[in-house]
Amino acid sequence: MGLIYGMATGIIFGFLLQKGQVLRYDKQVGALRLLDMTIVKFMLSAIIVGAVGIYIFKDLGLIKLHLKGTSIGAQIIGGSLFGIGWGLLGYCPGTAGGALGEGRIDGLWGILGMLGGGALYAAVYPFMKANIISIGNLGKISVPALFGVNHWIVIVVFAILTLLMFGYFEKKNL
Amino acid sequence: MKLKVWNPYLAGALTGVLLVLSVLVAGKFLGASTTFARGASVIEKAAGIDPAQFDYFTTKKGKYGPGSLPNWQLMVVLGIILGAFVSAKLSGDFKVQAVPDMWRQRFGGNPLKRAVVAFIGGVILLFGARLAGGCPSGHGLSGMAQLAVSGFIAMAFFFIGGGIIANLMYRGKEK
Repeated sequence: MGLIYGMATGIIFGFLLQKGQVLRYDKQVGALRLLDMTIVKFMLSAIIVGAVGIYIFKDLGLIKLHLKGTSIGAQIIGGSLFGIGWGLLGYCPGTAGGALGEGRIDGLWGILGMLGGGALYAAVYPFMKANIISIGNLGKISVPALFGVNHWIVIVVFAILTLLMFGYFEKKNL
Repeated sequence: MKLKVWNPYLAGALTGVLLVLSVLVAGKFLGASTTFARGASVIEKAAGIDPAQFDYFTTKKGKYGPGSLPNWQLMVVLGIILGAFVSAKLSGDFKVQAVPDMWRQRFGGNPLKRAVVAFIGGVILLFGARLAGGCPSGHGLSGMAQLAVSGFIAMAFFFIGGGIIANLMYRGKEK
């Protein structure tokens, strides 16, 4: 059953990514060059709606959070490396396949590279675990827990900042 | 359905709804990058290289090892390909293209040059994603929607790293 849910979720996700033009190299690199904020509008809209829904159902006791651990070292170094690769490829792991689905062959070269990157990471994992993931390891922590405030305060502030950013994008035609 | 482009705010908001439904119905948060590490272990096994020699593929009860596939997330990644294909075909937006337009204007239309850079980008990107613990789906979408500290830091550095490289690559005059 899990596999069927996964396929259905993926198909809808791929459909929405395609309609939002998020699968395009020009849009992804366009955002990195601060020329076209289409993917940022898509992502932040999804995040805000997702945050409201997730925390409503969490407050009702219907879902559990699944926080990824915070490691300052891993997220800064790994995040920066990801960014460098992303700038070169112009697709991310979720969108490379989608790009291939809409006919962009270069998505396939990216996917092959990603498989190589996975193998490479596995080979050096013990070193990373001992030397990088251990830097600034804060565990599974959320922003509201970090600041000791109610999660709805964080969501409202986050949503207001996002709307201000959207307003700026529209004003500047980004 | 036949429209080529939906408003990105609308398509994004619907993706947010999809995320919430996925968690509610299947108990699953969206992600993608782990599938490629798992895929690497399956390929190593098929090529006669024992994945178990790498701790990463045996840690957490083989969570990332060859025995972990097929799973929910692999189906999501495959589903994205199919969903994008259907959407593009329905609207007539499907186009076989080896070199993106922006790339072509700056670096020319050589598909091999583009393939080499795309491949190298893929290697670095996935290495970084596994070190960071996720990608724009896992850390960005799912992580930030849960207000995870890790999601905000990772996403900021995805954009910082990517912004530096993209601006270096496209610096100066357009061809």
